[in-house]
Amino acid sequence: MIWSKRNILFFSVTDKLVLIVLRLGAVIAALVMLLILIFLLTESWPALIQITPTRFLTDASWHPLESTYNLTPMFSGTLLASVGALVLAIPLGLASALFIVFYASARLATSYRRLIELLAGIPSVVFGFWGLTTLVPLITQLHPPGASLLAAILVLTLMILPTITLTAFSAPQAVPDEFLRGATALGLSRWGMISGVALPAARIGIVAGIILAAGRAIGETMAVLMVAGNVVQHPAGLFDPIRTLAANIALEMAYAMGDHRAVLFVTGFLLMLLIIILAVAADWLKKNSQDWSASS
Amino acid sequence: MNIFDSKSFLLACFVLVTAMLNGITCANAASQRLVLTGSSTVAPLVGEIARRFETINPGVRIDVQTGGSARGILDIRKGTADIGMVSRALKPDETDLRAFAIALDGVSIILHANNRVNTLSKQQIIDIFTGKITNWKLVGGADARITVVTKAEGRSTLELFLHYFQLTNSAIKPHIIIGDNPQGIKIVAGNPHAIGYVSIGAAEYEAGRGAPIRLMPLDGVDASVVNVRNGTFPLSRPLNLITSREPQGLIQRFIEFARSPQIHDLVEAQYFVLFRD
Amino acid sequence: MNKRLLYRDHLAQWLIYLAVLTVSAVFIWILSDLTRGGITHLSWDFLTESPHDAGRSGGIGPILISTFWILLVALTAALPLAWTAAILLAEFVSSSSRFGIIVRFSLQVLAGVPSIVFGLFGNAFFSIYLGMGFSILSGGLTLACMLLPILVSTAKAGLCAVPQSYRLSAAALGMSKTASLIHLLLPAAAPALAAGLLLGIGRAIAETAALIFTSGYVDRVPGSLLDSGRALALHIFDLSMNVPGGDQPAYASALVLVALLLCINILVIKFAYGLQRKRIMPV
Repeated sequence: MIWSKRNILFFSVTDKLVLIVLRLGAVIAALVMLLILIFLLTESWPALIQITPTRFLTDASWHPLESTYNLTPMFSGTLLASVGALVLAIPLGLASALFIVFYASARLATSYRRLIELLAGIPSVVFGFWGLTTLVPLITQLHPPGASLLAAILVLTLMILPTITLTAFSAPQAVPDEFLRGATALGLSRWGMISGVALPAARIGIVAGIILAAGRAIGETMAVLMVAGNVVQHPAGLFDPIRTLAANIALEMAYAMGDHRAVLFVTGFLLMLLIIILAVAADWLKKNSQDWSASS
Repeated sequence: MNIFDSKSFLLACFVLVTAMLNGITCANAASQRLVLTGSSTVAPLVGEIARRFETINPGVRIDVQTGGSARGILDIRKGTADIGMVSRALKPDETDLRAFAIALDGVSIILHANNRVNTLSKQQIIDIFTGKITNWKLVGGADARITVVTKAEGRSTLELFLHYFQLTNSAIKPHIIIGDNPQGIKIVAGNPHAIGYVSIGAAEYEAGRGAPIRLMPLDGVDASVVNVRNGTFPLSRPLNLITSREPQGLIQRFIEFARSPQIHDLVEAQYFVLFRD
Repeated sequence: MNKRLLYRDHLAQWLIYLAVLTVSAVFIWILSDLTRGGITHLSWDFLTESPHDAGRSGGIGPILISTFWILLVALTAALPLAWTAAILLAEFVSSSSRFGIIVRFSLQVLAGVPSIVFGLFGNAFFSIYLGMGFSILSGGLTLACMLLPILVSTAKAGLCAVPQSYRLSAAALGMSKTASLIHLLLPAAAPALAAGLLLGIGRAIAETAALIFTSGYVDRVPGSLLDSGRALALHIFDLSMNVPGGDQPAYASALVLVALLLCINILVIKFAYGLQRKRIMPV
């Protein structure tokens, strides 16, 4: 039955009811984020009161059962693993994106793109498992113990590479054809056209993609947990084991009591805050970038 | 209509969803359910006991999860588990809990089966784990870096190890931190230059199934079930089931079953020692 | 073009080819390792039997069942909320209104939150505060929170892609907004909705960290929604980390998981392709 309105200017009664239902649904969806923030704060509150924040930086070490809560080794572990992964993944990801847009034939581009999309869908647990059974023994032969910062970086690279490629690839594709044809008409070589025209025009979209990938690398838990050795220390080199903040939560959550549990929630809250900042930055960049497709 | 036509796909999903909602309203949690959490040493044995208990008492469902002795204690205090499993005696400050021993076990140092080293003195072990000795050749082995494997906090095996060697956790310089016993065994079995410590029962069980590991003697006493049984092995511990109140009903029945002669064969199959009061 | 620029161009080209080859090679390496390790272990029995001996023998039947139930709970909870939010954002609320901005922002943030933080939240809220303990219900609801952003953004994109002419014609005919939604817009956006649903399923199946503390580890057939159940991804994790000799079943389980995701991927492509085909409305 098709409801029709008596008056095309205003919402009919059915519409008003449906609108209420829709509003309810949307509000609940939005409230989920609020709920998460509230719960994280409530659970971390005991730690924030009893443990002064400077202790997170200055305590002797991370040994919760001895009441020392120094977070800096895990901070540096997380940072080094993520930065290392970005250093490897950005060139590879960008190169893949450029390949799809500028260098490959149409069929090759589609199949490579499908490959990357498939890679993006592989669960982190499978990457971690492969790292554990193949990468770690390989690294052990080079330099024991094998489960190390290097293993974490390699696995993270594999995981964020598709993200960078897929978000970076839409940006150069959106650059208007006239720009590129104009460049070629002026006599620029293919690489000259890419580096001089396409990349600068697509710069914002690429950076937004990188920021998203960084967020993903920081938050990754399972794959790192399986290959990084999980020792809380500042790594002295690539072959030292590390523990990231996310992996720490997964490892200690089950038996953490009282203050220890609250500190874990604090680290969870910090992670979430960091991701929020990155998401806002990416969004702000996108808003302030020019929409090339709208230009005449 | 092609079944992949999107409209009918969505319709099928809707039907499935309503069917599921009906399922929820008919769902009933198992009325006879027990949840046990705690030590990864005790868990395999309790898992087998639980399975036997379920076949004798149909309608009962017992869930066993690991997480470490500390988790067992935390969960029964919080009420999220019915019975806890800890692989040590209760501490003086745990007077609010009741412990029921079901077996005896020991903690042994393990090496890879191909490792040339046959014995290690107490001081050598301390030096290896605190990072003073970093190469196997200093204790008579191959010229290779030692990979130190230690247990995560909250595990009784770690506490007993630290207590015996008079170390604090911060003194240990590990390369890999593990949680459950089988994880430690898997790592040592996969790395010819690793050293770690796990429950004797778990180590013998895995070695019997072909894992390339070797148990090291401690203070001259071989690490074996026999020596734990006759009391000569220096690092032994009871395996306990703990509750926060006097056990009643199903909990009491399970604990009595776990201490009865009916499961003696299960204890021996896991390479533990029967607990005789 | 002088020689130097020519060399630079060729260098760039070969570097890019090298990168692409490296990525492809690694991917093929991973897939072949998985296949080699697990293909012999796969069989019909593997898919239906219970795991024995901590998973070293037997199969993954109960685990597939648990995974299915967790998925169902997650979708039942997430789909109504997500699609109503998407309809609201696409049809009734302009993108610059305050309400629209708040909803969009919170969903965007939700999309980036690490899965372990969802696990923390799920454990604190569903398992402890609401008292569900380690159960499929708890795990499913936590996953539902994670799926909201994907479902909303794909549904909204699908609705926004429906041409404006549909809405204008409906209004000109005097149809109420509800009627135009039910009879015109939703059917037109159905491929996108289906694609989003499948993407959500893919994401949910791959999830591990959020389920460790909410739906637990028990590897038997769950008797009810309040029982604990082990998801497929968790099973792979447990086998590879905690079970010596568990590598082969882990490879086989990983193959099953990747194969499932591959099927979902193919279905998504099929539905998304339909988006680009023009729909001809009978006049």
